[in-house]
Parts: sequence; C-alpha cells; structure tokens
Amino acid sequence: MTVGFVMMCHTALHRAAEVARYWAESGAPVVIHVDARVPAKDYAALGKSLADLDTVSFSKRYKCEWGTFSLVAAAQSGAEQMLARHAEVRHVFLASGSCLPLRPVEELVAYLDARPHTDFIESVTTAEVGWTVGGMDMERFTLRFPFSWKTQRRLFDRYVDFQRRIGVKRRLPAGLVPHLGSQWWCLTRQTLSAILEDPDRPMYDRFFKRVWIPDESYFQSLARLYATSIESRSLTLSKFDYQGKPHIFYDDHLQLLRRSDCFVARKIWPKADRLYATFLSPRAAISPPAEPNPAKIDRLFSKAVERRTKGRPGLYMQSRFPRQDHENGKTSAPYSVFQGFSDLFENFEGWLSKYVVARVHGHLFGPDRVEFGGGETMFSGCLSDSAKLRDYNPRGFLANLIWNARGERQCFMYSPRDNQSIDWFTATDPNAQISVISGAWAVPLFRSNRNFRDIRREAARLQRIETYHLDILRSMYVKARVRIWTMADFIENPMEPLQTIIDEISPRSTRRLTEAPQMVDLTGFGQFLQNLKNQGMQPRLMGDFPVGDDPHPKHTRRGRPYLVK
Amino acid sequence: MRAFRKRRELTTVIDRTKAIAPSDILAFVTLRNERIRLPYFLRYYRNLGIRHFLIVDNGSDDGSAAYLEAQEDVSLWSTGASYKAASFGVDWLNHLLRHYGTGHWTLTVDPDEFFVYPFCDTRPIEALTDWLDTYDIRSFPAMLLDMYPKGPIDAVPYREGQNPFEIAAWFDAGNYTIERNWYFQNLWIQGGPRARMFFSKTPEAAPSLNKIPLVKWERDFVFASSTHMLLPRGLNMVYDEWGGEKASGCLLHAKFLSPLTAKVAEEMKRREHYSGSREYAAYQETLSTEPDLWTKWSEKYINWRQLEILGLMSKGNWA
Repeated sequence: MTVGFVMMCHTALHRAAEVARYWAESGAPVVIHVDARVPAKDYAALGKSLADLDTVSFSKRYKCEWGTFSLVAAAQSGAEQMLARHAEVRHVFLASGSCLPLRPVEELVAYLDARPHTDFIESVTTAEVGWTVGGMDMERFTLRFPFSWKTQRRLFDRYVDFQRRIGVKRRLPAGLVPHLGSQWWCLTRQTLSAILEDPDRPMYDRFFKRVWIPDESYFQSLARLYATSIESRSLTLSKFDYQGKPHIFYDDHLQLLRRSDCFVARKIWPKADRLYATFLSPRAAISPPAEPNPAKIDRLFSKAVERRTKGRPGLYMQSRFPRQDHENGKTSAPYSVFQGFSDLFENFEGWLSKYVVARVHGHLFGPDRVEFGGGETMFSGCLSDSAKLRDYNPRGFLANLIWNARGERQCFMYSPRDNQSIDWFTATDPNAQISVISGAWAVPLFRSNRNFRDIRREAARLQRIETYHLDILRSMYVKARVRIWTMADFIENPMEPLQTIIDEISPRSTRRLTEAPQMVDLTGFGQFLQNLKNQGMQPRLMGDFPVGDDPHPKHTRRGRPYLVK
Repeated sequence: MRAFRKRRELTTVIDRTKAIAPSDILAFVTLRNERIRLPYFLRYYRNLGIRHFLIVDNGSDDGSAAYLEAQEDVSLWSTGASYKAASFGVDWLNHLLRHYGTGHWTLTVDPDEFFVYPFCDTRPIEALTDWLDTYDIRSFPAMLLDMYPKGPIDAVPYREGQNPFEIAAWFDAGNYTIERNWYFQNLWIQGGPRARMFFSKTPEAAPSLNKIPLVKWERDFVFASSTHMLLPRGLNMVYDEWGGEKASGCLLHAKFLSPLTAKVAEEMKRREHYSGSREYAAYQETLSTEPDLWTKWSEKYINWRQLEILGLMSKGNWA
C-alpha cells in the first residue's frame, strides 16, 4: 500500500517537476493539475521533463481562481484520476506545486500504514475557527458570492453588505455541517471515493459552487459525513499570516524545517536552492517515524504576526510611528518622575540610588542641559546633553531614553523650572510613576540670594506652571501612577511615602529604608512665605507653614515599622 | 516634468540597457569622483542580486567614468550640468527611472550608501522583492544610518576594494527624532552623529535620514526630494500608524571616511549641495578641529539583526 500525491501547480513549474520526480522515483504515483492559465509552452515543457516517469500523469486542467470552486473541481478530477489509475494507493495526499517533502516517502508510508483508516484533514466547525479573514466563517456558506474578491473587491464587499442588510440566508443541504480547515489534506481511498461517488454529489457541488473559498470547506465538510476516523490536522506544514497569506520558507529555515519532523511544507520560495537540494536528495528513512512537531515554526510565525500587528511597545521608528493613543505602549518600560524632591532634600539623587536598582538622573529636562546620572555628558544610544537637541523633540527624547535603557529602570528629577512639554505624555503613560511634592520649587528661591522682587516674580511663574501640571495630573485622562503631597504634608512624615515609592520601584527588594534623605534647612521658610504673601503673591501649593513654627528635619528618626502585606 | 526637460542634460556614455531582463532588479546612482569607492560598491550590490546599474556621472575627473564604462552590468550617462539645478541629481534619476525602471524593482542609492534589509545575509534581494510583491507593497523604507570610525575621521585611509565598515564601524543607536510630514505623509527623521556633532545648536537644520530607496517603479512615480519622499504620496506610507511594525531596512552611510576633508573642501568650492551646502559648511567648521564622532555609547556594527533588536529597522511580518 502506498500514498499518491495530487499536485496543484500554477507557478514555478520547474520546482513542481523536481518534487513530482522525487515522489515518483520514491514509488509514490503523482497526478499533476496545472492551472489552465499557464501558457501551453510551459505546460508542454513540464510534460516533457516528466515524460520518462510512467507513474506521473496530468489531470484535466481548470482555470483556477482563488476563492472559487474551480480549485475544488481541479482537486476532484485529480483525485478521481489517482483512484482510478493507481489501485495500490490507499491514501491520497493533496499538495501544491510549492510544497516540499521534508521526509522520505517511506517514512510517510510507514506513518500512514500504522494508521490505515485515518483521514488527515483539518476540519473545524465554523463556530470554532478564529482565523478566517474578514471575519466571515458561517457567512461563507449562507451568502452568495458572484463577484471576485481579488479583482472586484468593491462589488464583492457591497454585495456582502447588501445581503447582510436584507438578511439573505441560503439553505444548507440536509445533513451537512459546515466545517473549515486547511485545503491541504490526506484522505483514505474509502473516504475520498465515498465523497466523489456519492449519488448526492451534484447537489453538494451545486451548493459549494456558491460558497466562498470552497477549497477550505468542501472536503472538510464532506469528510465529516463519511470518515470513520478523522485526525483534524493537516500533514502539510502551512502557516498563514494575519492577512491570510501563506508564510514562505527560505534557505535559512533549513534547520527549523528539518527539526519540525513534518512530512510536507509549503510554501517554499522557488529560488530557495538549498532547501530543494537538501530535501530532495536521497536519504535513508528513520524508523519508527517521529511525530510531526511544528511548534517551533508556529512560534516563529506567530511572533512575526505579532510584530506586524502589535509591534514593540514604546518603539518609534521609520516603520512604526503610531498615532497618538494607538501606541500600544507610549514608552517601553516603567520609569519614575520625582518632582520637588531634589529641592527639598540635599543630594536626593545620591540617596535614591542607594535604595533602588535603577539609573537616577538629575533634571533631564532642565533648562540649561540634560542632567544625566553621574554627571555624564552623554547617555545610552548617544543621547546628547544638549538642551537644544532635547527640546527639538522632548517626547521623542524621553521615549528614546527609556527605549535605549531597556532593562534598567530610569528615574529622573523634574520641576516647574524644566521643559514642560512632556506633561501630558507622562501623565497619560501607564509606565510613568509620578511623585510630586507640590510647592517645593519655593525652597531654592527661599535659599537664593536674589532680589525679592525677582523672587516674587519667579515664584508666581513657577506656581502657575505647577498648578497647570497638577491639573493635568488630576484629570480623568491620567494613566500614570500619580502621587501628590503638599510640601507641608510631606515633611510631616517623609519616610512612609518614600518607602511606598521605593517599594513600587523595586518590589522584590526587602531592604528597609534606614536613613532619611537629608532635608534642607527650612528655618525661616514660614516667614519667607509670609513675605511673599505680604508682597501680593499668594503661595498656595506648599500647604500650611505657620510663621515662627519652623519645621525641623528629624534626622534621628528611623522609618516606621513597615507592615508586611 | 522637470525630469523630462533635464533629460537633455544627459549624454549617453554607454547604454547596455538592452541586457536588462524583465524581472531584474536595477540600481540607479548619481555620483561624482567616487573612483576609489566603486569596486566595493559594485561588488556589494552584485552580491545582493542587483542585475544592472544605471549611473549618472556628474563630471568626475578621477577616472570613475572609464572604470564604470568597462563594467559589463553598467549603463552610464554623463552630464556636466549643475547638480543643484537638477534638484541634486533627482531630475536625472527620475528621467532614467521612468524610462528604464518602469515595471522593475529599483534601488536608488548614493555610492556611499549600503542597503541592509532583514535577512540580507541569507536571502538575496529578490526574496525581499518577491515577498513585497505578494503583499502588493510598492515601496520599502531604509533609514540612513551614519557610520563613523573611532578617532579622527581622516586617521585611517580607505583602501580601494575595502569594506568601508571595517573602518567606519560605529553608529548612534538611539538618538533619532521623528516627525510626521502631514502633507507628503512621510516621516521626517533626524538625529545621529551629524545632528549631535554639527547641528546641536540648530537641530532643525540637521539632515533628513528618512529614505525610501527600494521602489517597484511605475511610469507616474517620481522622487520629490532626493530619495526622502516620493509621489504619489501613498508611496511614503511605509510605516504603521496603529502600533504595528512594517518591514524596513537601513542604508549604512559610509560618509565619514577618509578622504572626507578633501571632499568637503571641494564641495564647499562647488556649492552644489542642499540649502547652500549648509551641511558641508557645518562639517568644514568642525572638521578643522579633527573631531571624533565616536563616544563610549557608540554601537559597533555587527549585522542586521543587531539593528533590528535596537529598533532601527524591523522584520515586520517577514519571518
């Protein structure tokens, strides 16, 4: 008993001829269907090149158009010819001209001999398929499709819409349950002849002539009526992408294909010389035959589709430039923004880097230069510290920084003195952790040696900027993890909020905060705020600082016992 | 239209276009005084599977023309006319593309640009164009990636036939900024070593790096501004707007390679480049100080996969 191949060819006929020769010489008869649109000259050349093989024959030619019944008709006549001419054939294998056998025919025969009554055909009910293009599954059967999808797309779509609106429903032949699946199958003589010789076949054919893409449903549905044991999978390794186009195999897939242990793969790039040379050279069969295992290839292709449809979050590049709010990740990784901390504490950056596993930058958006961590003039990806370059595209700068430093969390200081054009971007970014001590911008002014008039003006400006920023951070559009304290509240008890922030940055570190960052000396700060008020400027964001009751940084205080969740 | 008028400026030196087969992939190039770079350039693209080179020689006097004329797969035109008046050579190329490129996949590059695409080390360029054909994609982007040596640019001389990236092996991995040009629908990409070194005070003047060199040409196509953008505008939509990644490549740019200083001096004299040669003016100013573009954050080029991982190009759904 052996297997016979029906090959459906329309391009790269020289490759099809090589494959047909390989199968025929290994003892498997081949019936070739050549698309009627192939020029007579090429058809004749193919015939001539295979003339020396008497188990290779050609079946009646149909003009094959994708999505139409012609493909089924071609397969039917090829299969009929195979069954009629080659009595020794027990399994008929439907293949295409761009298929390539990955394993010797003897292995396939041995595999099929061990399963003599099994039909290998992917056959899934319409309710369960998830892969149909355009979302049409059941409608393939219940609507009519007089227009070509490829050349008359607009008419096709309109007519489908029209039928949906008026609620057209064709009646299915009695007893037929629509099933869909890969058009590449391997059926037993019993099942196949039952389908082809069924007295009701004219009725089924009439029905399927009006079904869309019947080559994915004709045999798949009818096999369910006759088969005794269906294995709902195809022996042909054939992967489709999200647009319904088959993935193509190249020379560099050689190892992957070899290890897949699949019997036949499609579609092969016709110029993949190495693949053809390797798999069509005589090889010894291995017994017992291994089970096909295409998992690795599945993964490769599903990753490719995911890259095409979802892309890498936070990446902006020449072929991925998402519109606003369609980014699928505005940035590539979590990061932290600290506003007001570096004003309130001495060397807050130094303190922070002791407690978190992260890169701690200064004011990345500072007005004079980009303050990269460690005083560097340049950072990962050759980002320059030039404020001009950064301000040319601040959001791009931030997205680049986070992308370049993948694998290392980024923290940076921020203040109303800095470039504010990233405010909405960070506020709406789920990767951002934004912590604000409001009003802390007043501390450097308080400690500065400037004329009070300038101080007052600057304070008014910064307050306006921070108020606007806080409005954004409190808006309904915020996706970032935002925490806001007034300065007064924060110095009341700095350890707890700091511990919370740090736990969020490195959740697995069990290190407890042992020392508080050194707070700047605020003696006289209440008076300073009162002076601002007296001069007509109303500082509102700091919280309550009564005159004379100056806050004292509590150096000796250890962190409150932290409750373990 | 301009291209049609400018075609008269071209004189045929040698026309071997009869040898072009219908499925051949063609390269279109304008050049001036690139003799030393030509052997490697031709070898590189022959290896990728380019079948024919259509070249405009803009008044070379270093033997480039004679060398090219002797190559079996080169058709050569020459012109003494102004590069600037021909929209920086684009008019000439548009004419040749229309005439010879229609119906072919065409690659339009400069002699210092080396096209890298996904799987270029294992698959010929035909595999890419066949794949693009199955998706009816007509244009393929490749960002210009400026490569530079470690140390002063003129320190290591380039030998004829040598892979330029043995010397200029380094690049900037992640300092590119992108803006969308709503009118032409293309992306405007700037950045890299040129922006940070020569244009840190005037970033808006930094050169554009977006390019679309590989196009399945049709009669009514035209490059609007170098290979940065095309008309009709749909050809510029080489990027995905909804989060996904389309496939893309890179053009490794071997500009920062000796003899650069001499070239810059010459170009400054000719003043035939874009925007009053402001780019060259900026180079000259900085080059006199023997600058080193290299930094400790520079990335050393390995292969296309590295560029893919860094996010400079993408495989898209090609696997």
